Amino acid sequence: MSELAITGFSASYGSFRAVADVGLTIAARAVTAFIGPSGCGKSTLLRSINRLHETVPGATVSGTVTLGGEDLYGRAVDPVEVRRRVGMVFQRPNPFPGLSIRDNVLAGVKLRRHRLAKAAADNLVEVSLRAANLWDEVKDRLGKSGTSLSGGQQQRLCIARAIAVEPAVLLMDEPCSALDPLSTLAIEDLMASLRQDYTVVIVTHNMQQAARISDATAFFSTDGPRQPGRLIEYGPTTTIFSRPAEQATADYIAGRFG
Amino acid sequence: MSLTTDRLEMGPVAGSASAHSGTALADPSAPLSGVPYAGLPDPGLPAPRPRIGLATRRSRRDRLAELAAQKTAAGAGWAIVVILAGVLVFLLVQGWPALAAGADDLPAHASDFWTLAGPLAFGSLWASALALSLAAPIAIAVALAITQYAPRRLRTALGGAIDLLAAVPSVVYGLWGLMTVAPLLARVYPWLTAHLGWLPFFAGQPSASGRTILTAAIILALMVVPIMAAVCREVFVRAPASSAEAAYALGATRWETIRLAVLPFARSGIISGAMLGLGRALGETMAVAMVLSPTPFLVTFHLVESSNPNTVAAFIAQTFPEAHGLETSALIALGLILFALTFAVNAAARRVAARAAGK
Ligand SMILES: Nc1ncnc2c1ncn2[C@@H]1O[C@H](COP(=O)(O)OP(=O)(O)OP(=O)(O)O)[C@@H](O)[C@H]1O
Ligand SMILES: [Mg+2]
Repeated sequence: MSELAITGFSASYGSFRAVADVGLTIAARAVTAFIGPSGCGKSTLLRSINRLHETVPGATVSGTVTLGGEDLYGRAVDPVEVRRRVGMVFQRPNPFPGLSIRDNVLAGVKLRRHRLAKAAADNLVEVSLRAANLWDEVKDRLGKSGTSLSGGQQQRLCIARAIAVEPAVLLMDEPCSALDPLSTLAIEDLMASLRQDYTVVIVTHNMQQAARISDATAFFSTDGPRQPGRLIEYGPTTTIFSRPAEQATADYIAGRFG
Repeated sequence: MSLTTDRLEMGPVAGSASAHSGTALADPSAPLSGVPYAGLPDPGLPAPRPRIGLATRRSRRDRLAELAAQKTAAGAGWAIVVILAGVLVFLLVQGWPALAAGADDLPAHASDFWTLAGPLAFGSLWASALALSLAAPIAIAVALAITQYAPRRLRTALGGAIDLLAAVPSVVYGLWGLMTVAPLLARVYPWLTAHLGWLPFFAGQPSASGRTILTAAIILALMVVPIMAAVCREVFVRAPASSAEAAYALGATRWETIRLAVLPFARSGIISGAMLGLGRALGETMAVAMVLSPTPFLVTFHLVESSNPNTVAAFIAQTFPEAHGLETSALIALGLILFALTFAVNAAARRVAARAAGK
């Protein structure tokens, strides 16, 4: 089981606390959406799940995050290992410069297994690109540079790259915000199929998107600027969107603030 | 990449670039003031009437400044072209007679000009190639250490220290090489011939003074490292953070992140830096002239023997004080050859860098 459990979790940048005292359990094989106004710490929390947060100079965390019962912040845990099990897709597509489409997909795998038979590599490239709904568009030009693709294609390439290493969890930080509606649709379709194999966590500012694709929704907010972000409400997406328990949640979803 | 643009090549490049920026910049100055369609290139059309008087005044001043900038840039560009052409004509006119000269008139009693020039050109290329292959890995490592591994607080200080090395005059390197490095290496070379003598490079009788082409190349490498490291530092710093995050998020270690996200991005910049260093090594005179103990007309790949090929620049410097008549012509013709060598290396480098950047 790759259930994620976050308890008593806080994250800071130097002396500034960006996320305070968050606790929630993210179900395996489901899509969980993080929503909330800008600056409430969604990205910070997401980046804490794969221990990317600590690569920022001065960044610290407290509390625990467990994946399938295993403490990701345990003393003996190597953050590099955590990141291999928790994949991430960023807001801006970021294929590796100078690498072909094929090599971009294989980049993560090659980090672990330096020798990969060509047939196995070919197969993995095809499977990953198919899973990312990109195969048909690029199968004739796998040797071309990854940065030669359109933005939407690049983002799907980044998804293919992330799932090629078969992580347990896939984190997505506003993966569609730089994309056109058609590419957004392609990625939303993709998420519906990814949910069958992965624990997917997605940050989005698009309420319709959260409602369409997620099973559970967590709403975060702050008490004001330079205040830490807190988890306000968490539950099944249908409940959060139809009968939220908190007034702030209802206001945010209705577009009255944030 | 502009970084490969050696001084010698600047002429046409600067000229055309200024002409371009002139026309490109002249247009946007108008839309800034809110005039619609001012970007149209036809100067014969009357400009549409601006809505605000204030905007007209500013735009007129802008246009004057624009004109001044354009003329200055174009003037500078042409000045370089003219100077370059002047130097070329000087070298050609003065050097030409040497091509037909015989043994009695040439320096070192060479039987003809090419017997003299060939080995020297080889020496220049060989010494520079050696220096570059020693310097490049060190420069890249130094730049990586400063930009990727050193604590943030130390980065500026370390970078400054490396830059300072570039400011050391070559005479100082030459003195130091002659008095310290050469005697030191003279003790290492016998070991090299004894243990690596099966490699043709280290075959033969090791030099007792240590003043070999390898010593010269090591000194040259020391002079090339700061230049190349400075260029590498610039490009490494500019590697996009988003790619580095992508690498980390895939479970890459620090070094794997550098390999995936920094080095590929920096490739063309690294090549540019190397070529800048190569240019410096090719043209370096003093340090080589002081350190190297040359043998006339020698072409050899042996690195640690007491007989060594000379370089063009060092030969000119050593011979010029006592040269007269056709000897001087020959030296000037040699200068022309060095000019051509540097130019060719730069052109090749630009092509390589452009290809690496376009990939
Ligand atoms: N590298 C950083 N250094 C210092 N403070 C940071 C850094 N990154 C984010 N912050 C601060 O942490 C807080 C939370 O930022 P975060 O990026 O997590 O918000 P977010 O909810 O993702 O916002 P958005 O919806 O705009 O992406 C903000 O106040 C932000 O200014
Ligand atoms: Mg964010």
